[in-house]
Amino acid sequence: MTLALSGQEVVAKLEQQFPGSVIESSENNLLVKSESIFDVAEYLKSSPELDFDYLNYIAAVDYYDYFELVYQFTSMKHNHSLVLKTRCYDRENPAVPSVVRLWRGADFQEREIYDLMGISFEGHPNLKRIVLWQGFEGHPLRKDYL
Amino acid sequence: MALKTEPFVLNIGPVHPSTHGVFRMRATLDGEVIIDMEPVFGYLHRGIEKLAEERTYTGVIPLTDRLDYLASMSNNLAYVLAVEKLAGIPVPERAEYLRVILAELQRIASHLIAVGAFLNDCGAFFTPFLYMFREREKIVDLFEMVSGQRLLYNYMRIGGFTQDIPDEFLPALDKFVRQMPGFIDEYDRLLAENEILLARAKGVGILPKELAINICASGPVLRGSGVNWDIRKVDPYSIYDRFEFDIPTGSAGDCYDRYRVRVQEMRQSLRIIEQAMKQLPSGAVRSEVPHLIHPPTGEAYAHIEAPKGELGFYLVSDNSIAPYRCHIRAPSLMNLTALREMMLGWKIQDAIIIFGSIDITMGEVDR
Repeated sequence: MTLALSGQEVVAKLEQQFPGSVIESSENNLLVKSESIFDVAEYLKSSPELDFDYLNYIAAVDYYDYFELVYQFTSMKHNHSLVLKTRCYDRENPAVPSVVRLWRGADFQEREIYDLMGISFEGHPNLKRIVLWQGFEGHPLRKDYL
Repeated sequence: MALKTEPFVLNIGPVHPSTHGVFRMRATLDGEVIIDMEPVFGYLHRGIEKLAEERTYTGVIPLTDRLDYLASMSNNLAYVLAVEKLAGIPVPERAEYLRVILAELQRIASHLIAVGAFLNDCGAFFTPFLYMFREREKIVDLFEMVSGQRLLYNYMRIGGFTQDIPDEFLPALDKFVRQMPGFIDEYDRLLAENEILLARAKGVGILPKELAINICASGPVLRGSGVNWDIRKVDPYSIYDRFEFDIPTGSAGDCYDRYRVRVQEMRQSLRIIEQAMKQLPSGAVRSEVPHLIHPPTGEAYAHIEAPKGELGFYLVSDNSIAPYRCHIRAPSLMNLTALREMMLGWKIQDAIIIFGSIDITMGEVDR
């Protein structure tokens, strides 16, 4: 059974490495500042006792006040997983650092979020629409898109 | 005098038999050799994630049928597991066993198409494909018995099933389980050591182990590269921890290994079905579930080992009758990430079988 790590278990290590980056840690997940998502993810991937080598998914949710990005990582070696979240409050030009350099599997997923939710990923090598055509107006998965 | 040459851009697809749907490969060629390739998709985008936000939790199930339409039962299963996790709904024992039986039958049916279509791409024009369809037909008949449908079953419900299986189902299933190993032996006799298949598929389209993990590949694509990772084993859902089965893996990560993994997985699925049939309890197939489900505010992610890989649903509830957000983790999409690397340096005819060996369904890629 994949052990779901709680946010509290990981938060102490992260606080040491990146003071002030963690906003909130709960039973099920860990909420970090959007600007530090790449550094935190890099640490989670490279730290030997965490060793998150596999990215399960990236999901984006529109909560009107903010966009929430949800990342779930799994370590194949230790068979444990962690849910990492970040929030983006800017509705006009939301942007977060891309994790494609760490997990290539994020490539299409980030493009899809950019396409349908309108969140830019800084550092993505090829950020363009993926399922809708170039020139399409709006981002359909946003709650205010009707 | 040296001949003047220049790269040539060729669009393979979107409407082409070898693209398994509507997929476009924008290939740049140097003669016959692929020097660059860009996958283009979205031709089958129906906005299922958005549509799901407008429907009740039960009303989303028919939409999930249309993701990987060659494995509707698996899609149903992943979705209902996510809702059951979100709302804390129990499932009766009999329904759990039936789910395992149907999901494994679906895996065999999907792998039969995968292998058949792959051999079609190799140039064995429709002979193996028809052999595979002969057996898939029997599985589809079984599914028709239980659900009345032959492609989009819409059979699973939150908390169990719409109705119990008919009396004739188990005898027919038993007959199928006894016959099928002989058919798989037949495929192996025809194909496993076939000189043409070996020449075309061995060492072609290699996906190294590290890259396979890094691109979040899953299913036979990941295991073909030698990673022993199957969600049924590492994170058992439903009642998979009660059955004995092995996880076949490849070693080279080439097209042939992905093909072999699929064939061997069919045998393992049959093993699981046999055990589940023996242990199948009697009783209800659906727990008491309200007509409209209001899961408590929160979120849940449930994933299964679908025929094509890790299929997951991330659901967010705001305590209303419809999901606030329904994100689908589609294995076919992630498995395509490294397609360019796998194709570079190979000729056009190899590109076709490299693509075929990944086994994607466009319904799932585009959603």
